[in-house]
Amino acid sequence: MNNKIKKLIPQILTILFVVLIFGFFTMNAQVNMDNRGIDFGFGFLSQEASFDMQFTLLDYDGQDSYAWAYVVALLNTLLVSFLGIIFCTILGVIIGVARLSQNFLIRNSAAWYVEFFRNIPLLLQIFFWYYAALRALPLPETAEPWFGVTYMTIKGYYIPSMIWENLNVFLSCLIAAIVSIIFIRIYARKLQEREGKQLPVIYISIGLLIILPLLSFLIGGVKLDFELPVLKQLAQTSFIFEGGIALPPELIALVVALSLYTSTFVAECVRAGIQGISKGQKEAAASVGLNPNQILKLVIMPQALRIIIPPTTNQYLNLTKNSSLAAAIAYPDLVLVFAGTALMQTGKAIEIVGITMLTYLTISLSIAALMNWYNKRIEIKEK
Amino acid sequence: MFKHLKQLTSLVAMIAVVFAFTTEAMAKKSKTLKNTQKKGFVRCGVSQGLPGFSNADASGNWTGIDVDVCRAVAAAVLGDANKVKFTPLSAKERFTALTSGEIDILSRNTTWTLSRDADIGLTFVGVNFYDGQGFMVRKSSGITSTSQFKDGISACTNIGTTTELNMRDFFNSKGIKYEPVAFEKADEVVAAYDAGRCDTYTTDKSGLAAQRTKMKNPNEHIVLPETISKEPLGPVVRQGDAVWEDIVRWSLNTMIEAEEYGITSANADSMKTSDNPAIKRLVGAEGEMGAAFGLDNEWNLRIIKQVGNYGESYKRNIADTGILPDRGPNQLWTKGGILYVPPAR
Repeated sequence: MNNKIKKLIPQILTILFVVLIFGFFTMNAQVNMDNRGIDFGFGFLSQEASFDMQFTLLDYDGQDSYAWAYVVALLNTLLVSFLGIIFCTILGVIIGVARLSQNFLIRNSAAWYVEFFRNIPLLLQIFFWYYAALRALPLPETAEPWFGVTYMTIKGYYIPSMIWENLNVFLSCLIAAIVSIIFIRIYARKLQEREGKQLPVIYISIGLLIILPLLSFLIGGVKLDFELPVLKQLAQTSFIFEGGIALPPELIALVVALSLYTSTFVAECVRAGIQGISKGQKEAAASVGLNPNQILKLVIMPQALRIIIPPTTNQYLNLTKNSSLAAAIAYPDLVLVFAGTALMQTGKAIEIVGITMLTYLTISLSIAALMNWYNKRIEIKEK
Repeated sequence: MFKHLKQLTSLVAMIAVVFAFTTEAMAKKSKTLKNTQKKGFVRCGVSQGLPGFSNADASGNWTGIDVDVCRAVAAAVLGDANKVKFTPLSAKERFTALTSGEIDILSRNTTWTLSRDADIGLTFVGVNFYDGQGFMVRKSSGITSTSQFKDGISACTNIGTTTELNMRDFFNSKGIKYEPVAFEKADEVVAAYDAGRCDTYTTDKSGLAAQRTKMKNPNEHIVLPETISKEPLGPVVRQGDAVWEDIVRWSLNTMIEAEEYGITSANADSMKTSDNPAIKRLVGAEGEMGAAFGLDNEWNLRIIKQVGNYGESYKRNIADTGILPDRGPNQLWTKGGILYVPPAR
């Protein structure tokens, strides 16, 4: 009994202490907010935001509510994170594999790339791309086209937009192609297990992906037109491009900086993963007659992924959180729009910072959950 | 049991300290003046560099008419106009810095609006500059009026300002589609506009005139004649300290009224023997003008002697620097302007 109490007392006191600390902070905030006549509440979310945003994925107008401004700004954050994760993965895998190349030049260029981009602070890189690289671009009226129809200017990157007719027919053909590929793969695997025959699954898949959507153009009545950006004069020396899609330089600078920076860490994860597989595995695979491609695909990669996924998840989380540096270069993300403009216009500092923190927490935890699920799927199933 | 006694005592001590702080924080309600005098300097929030209003030179000396308001308060409550600690703040940071107690006066070309005054724990004490929002464009664009703006125009501005809201109202009412590009720091806005990222730069007209001096080639830019909003700029204090609010308000009023009666930093001492009781009150030679604030009777004399009257401050900071030589509405009511302050009596 005595022993039990002895063990319990410190724990109770600790809990009491934590509760008191939180109580103190809450009370302190409340007293001071009362003194200054500041109300606490989330009613402002339904008020009219009355400010505009430079770049939105969904329709947004200043007449919409703060809650909608939050959603739109959140989508901008997710867009940057999504693009960043895709590009940093592609780049990271290429660089990571290149670091293990037999070729001296490739191996060392990759190493230099990693050391260079990994060791310069991210904010500085964002500043470099935005203030130095993209600011040096030509004005719209003097811009030379890239690939004939796109224009890289100081006001943004203008690309043609697609105008579809009967888009749904095209999409159903695409889905049909994907579904049939999945069935063919299952059939091919069964065939191999039963008779040891191998189907050229890759060629069949590529063929299906091309032929079915192509058919939709020929007989499905699908039409695709491109709307090209056209130079428009606003004033004597002031031009923009109209039509097509305009990618603001703020978005480009942010995605480029985040992808280059994070790809170095992903590259190191990939290298570590591949090097973590013992040489014996490769030699054993070679001795049963697999070719180098099959060794990589069937023996090395499935094992390497188990080492690669967990640390790479961390990098994805870092990238998402780092995307809040957008505020430094006027990209309208959650921090700039919601924790910036909205906070200023409403003065609801505690509420807005609280919501913003919770949002980042939710995004990070969701990415972590997704990657954990994927990790579970590929980890060793002990029987 | 005794093993934990030591931990227990330290825990109890910590809790006691926490409570002591809480009760102390609750007891102090309007002590800004006392704290300022104890610290020996006035904590003043200013801009990150707006010539004429608040701008630091190479050696870190702050000048400008917003700076002079803080200097006036320092002269009144501490006896020395130089006893001010300036904190440069972005538009986004300014109100939080004030409400959280990091600064005691916000004198940062801030527009007085209903929602700011009523909602977010601030109190505006007066107006030290009557302004309005305008647009700047490149001269070479050939634009001479906002009526020449066309769909697709991109406009650079600061986030967290009334400018951002006025801009939307303006373009919306004209039915013009525009691209807002909003930066946190004024320098970033200017750099973006100067580089050609935006077709127009919009903020208060005084700000446009001041920022133009920072551009690569100031003569290549013009401010359009239209004014799209009212922007009364003035110092702000935290809500809840009425005495401090009065001190700041009347420090500003003293400067303006001193100009009205022709009292300058040069002649203030000799005005003590003036025949006009209104003048004598302003230089501490008649009445008890400081007692209500807990100050001595010569607080206003010190302001005039050390900082000067409003006209001197305007001339020194805004007219002589070539930012806005014409005082426009910021002229005394007796000379055709709208500067009119209640009498000090």
